[in-house]
Amino acid sequence: MTQTTQGATLSHLDWLEAEAIHIMREVAGQCSNPVLLFSGGKDSLCLLRLAEKAFRPGKFPFPLLHIDTGHNYQEVIAFRDQRAAELGERLIVRSVEDSMARGTVVLKHEGESRNKHQSVTLLEAIEEFGFDACIGGARRDEEKARAKERIFSFRDEFGQWDPKNQRPELWSLYNARSHKGENIRAFPISNWTEMDVWQYIEREGLELPSIYFAHKRPVVMRQGAIVPVNVPLVSGELANPVKAGEEIIDLLVRFRTVGDISCTAPVESDADNVEKIVLETATTTITERGATRLDDQTSDASMEQRKKEGYF
Amino acid sequence: MSTQDKIEDHGLLRFLTCGSVDDGKSTLIGRLLFDTKTILADTLSAIAKTSEKRGLGAVDLSLLTDGLQAEREQGITIDVAYRYFSTGTRKYIIADAPGHEQYTRNMVTAASTANLAIILIDARKGVLTQTRRHSKLASLVGIPHLIVAINKMDLADYSQATYERIKGEYLEFAAKVGIKDIRFIPLSALNGDMIVDRGDKLNWYEGPTLLEMLETAPAAHTEHTEKFRFPVQYVCRPQDSANPELHDYRGFMGRVEAGSIKVGDAITVLPSGRESTVKAVQLGGVDIGEAFTEQSITLLLADEIDTSRGDMIVKSNEVPAAVKQIEATVCWMAEAPMDRNRTYLIRHTTRDSKAKLAAIDHRLDVNTLEKVPAEKLAMNDIAQVTFKLAQPLFADPYLENRGTGAFIIIDESNNNTVGAGMIL
Repeated sequence: MTQTTQGATLSHLDWLEAEAIHIMREVAGQCSNPVLLFSGGKDSLCLLRLAEKAFRPGKFPFPLLHIDTGHNYQEVIAFRDQRAAELGERLIVRSVEDSMARGTVVLKHEGESRNKHQSVTLLEAIEEFGFDACIGGARRDEEKARAKERIFSFRDEFGQWDPKNQRPELWSLYNARSHKGENIRAFPISNWTEMDVWQYIEREGLELPSIYFAHKRPVVMRQGAIVPVNVPLVSGELANPVKAGEEIIDLLVRFRTVGDISCTAPVESDADNVEKIVLETATTTITERGATRLDDQTSDASMEQRKKEGYF
Repeated sequence: MSTQDKIEDHGLLRFLTCGSVDDGKSTLIGRLLFDTKTILADTLSAIAKTSEKRGLGAVDLSLLTDGLQAEREQGITIDVAYRYFSTGTRKYIIADAPGHEQYTRNMVTAASTANLAIILIDARKGVLTQTRRHSKLASLVGIPHLIVAINKMDLADYSQATYERIKGEYLEFAAKVGIKDIRFIPLSALNGDMIVDRGDKLNWYEGPTLLEMLETAPAAHTEHTEKFRFPVQYVCRPQDSANPELHDYRGFMGRVEAGSIKVGDAITVLPSGRESTVKAVQLGGVDIGEAFTEQSITLLLADEIDTSRGDMIVKSNEVPAAVKQIEATVCWMAEAPMDRNRTYLIRHTTRDSKAKLAAIDHRLDVNTLEKVPAEKLAMNDIAQVTFKLAQPLFADPYLENRGTGAFIIIDESNNNTVGAGMIL
């Protein structure tokens, strides 16, 4: 771990780090049963490093929770488990497939993306464990609904976000009070951009799942997006089977975001280490979500809509 | 070699833009994002499509700050939005607050974390009521640096005389209100003159461009001469750890709200008044020796002192007053007016106290800037009031130290944040 204070002014990464630590400690100080959402992705890996800086030599004052759609990249799931074990922290996994078995998640058709259904499983986990706060790695630069969300975001009993009725948030005086059944979502890296995240990963020497780095992968082109096909799942099945008439290309790609396989597309890249990714991020011409999130393209307001329904 | 060794880092600047859509605020922000190459191709093509759909000739950069579906449906901006850009040497966070009168609370919110404000004036209209309102609010919330941007110079023939006349008008007003650090700049956000590039129409203006002003504006807390203030957020006691060395570990976790601290400094813990010295300053369990304003750290003390969240650690020769009554400027933020008979919760640093309104000294009319008598506080009202407190707070005047001079007011019945206060 490094800390670079230049003269008396904090570097931008030090400032962002200090703010995130402060936010995590406010969650720990104000809430009685918080949890940290950890997917194995780069943003949540930053959260874990920030939690180490906030709470070591103590244990984290919260367990880690992953909502697994069952359609995640094996490499990421393996990395998730490895990282939680290295830290010696408790990892809880709740599965969208269990919600499907219970009948609380009903897919419109077998191939429907399970991404938005994570909200149901998340709310079930919140109820099961009685969590009063969830710490997440969402950033305001990702999407315009997020640009207007508070760092401490209040959700009602149904997990709903009401953009017109948010609590005023001033200075760094956060209000995490809630009644039983209600919930606070706290976003310590709200003020970070994709570039900040990569610079922090570089500075801290954080390890990442291998699929963030350039690798050869069978893909097809669908509606202008690169879509990985025949992706092996932990269950042994293959996700995204190739459709008739599609031509499989073996392409050098990396992922900028990692989520449910059905809605995360890679970008063409030969950046095989963090330094190259930082440079590529500095010169890219496409936004992170624009390039890679198939779910945000369905409608201009789809993130706003999902958040109103309890999504992170 | 890390990519971060190659560039200088001038830290981070948070600023606020004040003005209505008519002043070209959205265009200015769009222009800053566009000219610093923050806007990427897919976003640009999306707004180009929308511009075309709406029958506009050129790409309308103000669409970059177009908000939520809920806002578009109502044709209004309901909330503060935060936007980001970076020049490679400095990172910027823009708080974009809607300018209408009924949104005083949004401007106060946006201003609370800003170190600089850009006040936009339409060159054709000059200093307006809303210009005065925004300037007064910026000064109340203690923003140390103001840039008055006289925009739409393209619609005023790029006239130096117009610029000078508006500048004079503003200075006259500023002297009355007591605003000190002001800089002026003529702009055309639409054409990009004097934002990032100088353009060729404003050659009579010899000062820096807007971006140059932002690049050299002092970040918050560069002096560190302030009194040390360390509200305790959380106490770390890893007794159940397998490591016996940690059995006696007792770390006080928090953020330095002001000043600096190093190993060996004599400290006092409030409210107990117990004294000790600093044994270690840590980050993530690693010794760092000393720390400054805005750093989140852990303090270890030489003596075992019972300390918990809500306490404050200060240097022994700089102890703040413990107050059970505070006078403050308050901005009321809830639909329901403040009820004089009710008890509210005040959250100041990491400390909460029940509070009752003792008196309303006066309300500030944000349009005339006159002090008027008031019996109640309604949403968007700004007033000078006195609160009686159940628990003592360790406070400094807000204009000396935002971190220990600010508080929020919470309604315990619904847990909403209903007001914001600045201690006088």
